[in-house]
Amino acid sequence: MESVALDLDNYRKLLKEYLLTHDETALYQAEQLSKLSVQHNVSPEEIIHVHIKALKELYPELPEEVNDSLNFLLEAMISYGLALQEYQHLREKQSALESEISVAANMQKTLLSTKKPEIPGLDIGAISVPANRMNGDYYHFIYDNDHTLGIALADVIGKGIPAALAMSMIKYSMDSFPEDLRQPSRILENLNRVVERNVDPSMFITMFYGLYNPKDQTFSYASAGHEPGFYYHKETDHYSEIEAKGLVLGATNNATYDQEVTQIEAGDCIILLTDGVTECHLGDRFIERDEVLDVIKRYMHLPAQEAVEHVYKHFERLQDFHLRDDFTLIIIRKDV
Amino acid sequence: MNINLDVDVTEKENETTLHLKGEIDAYTAPLLKEKLLPLTAKQDHHIIVDLAEVSYMDSTGLGVFISALKSTKEHDAQLKLVNLQERVHRLFKITSLDTIITIETTVRGGN
Repeated sequence: MESVALDLDNYRKLLKEYLLTHDETALYQAEQLSKLSVQHNVSPEEIIHVHIKALKELYPELPEEVNDSLNFLLEAMISYGLALQEYQHLREKQSALESEISVAANMQKTLLSTKKPEIPGLDIGAISVPANRMNGDYYHFIYDNDHTLGIALADVIGKGIPAALAMSMIKYSMDSFPEDLRQPSRILENLNRVVERNVDPSMFITMFYGLYNPKDQTFSYASAGHEPGFYYHKETDHYSEIEAKGLVLGATNNATYDQEVTQIEAGDCIILLTDGVTECHLGDRFIERDEVLDVIKRYMHLPAQEAVEHVYKHFERLQDFHLRDDFTLIIIRKDV
Repeated sequence: MNINLDVDVTEKENETTLHLKGEIDAYTAPLLKEKLLPLTAKQDHHIIVDLAEVSYMDSTGLGVFISALKSTKEHDAQLKLVNLQERVHRLFKITSLDTIITIETTVRGGN
């Protein structure tokens, strides 16, 4: 903004009026003048400068000490003015960055949005909460024309904008695979090459990919170093880890992935999570995996979406709870 | 909570040992990277990283070791991690990075 000179005549007039009459109206007008000065970027030292000039015109015989002290004040206000300018500049910069990040966060939401499919016979719940503004976790449902359901869950190392950008890359590579290549192990092998070629050597992604086939009621899956999920067997009322071995994406260029397959019975559940869940801090202690599973068990009687939301709220409510990493939890239940 | 990381370097001919103490996370990983990466670029150099006193490591730490491993391969250097606490070792196992990074098997319990 252009700075404008303060109207010396006007100021002198106000000052004189006030000194002679102590009239509140003059004071009020000075107040207005000062507000206007801020709007027009008039620096504080400029006001002091005008004040000194006006005072000298009104009282040409000012004592030397008063004169000197006014100059002293002027010098001090010059530094103040410079510091203030710097501060305002930083504030403007910060708010520009803030709005850019919020545009990026919104864009990420749009780019990576996934619709939780309505599939007869399946009850699906999903929640993903970023530790900061941008989410480094990502989940995606792919409901194909052949009625298979693909579930991708990935966690990019690190947080913030680089992680979010890497996620977009994963999503678009995944979308570009032809349908007949959508076997979990093949998908991870392909993505591994994409990641290895395209990201910084110290960056990697952990990912779980599952494929539910309603025709034979099987769940095939493969994991690229992802935090193991849990499987609930209704018949035995027992939880077990979903084990699948595989190297994280991006560490080598030729990783291969084992594909496991399991038969899903009515009432069984698949529980997938990212390590943000198990890396939650409680004061200076970690929440252990067993504790996480205990909390999940507590809400498993609820519909899947309510269950995942209750689990997150449970941790959020704890005193001293501190989300160190992005938090994602998915529950898929085969209806009875 | 200890949020710092101390890196103590012992040099021998052709072999460097880094003793780490503290936590490796997004804030301390750059320090580790700064100390570790130049060593991996030395031809035929042996690097031992002692993690006995590392109580916490997150994925950022794993990222540093992955990039160190890639660099050792380019320069025929050797990287070995020793004395991992249980919690830290679990990370290498889950991510299967223990299949590509040499980890000495004496594992100490976490605290």
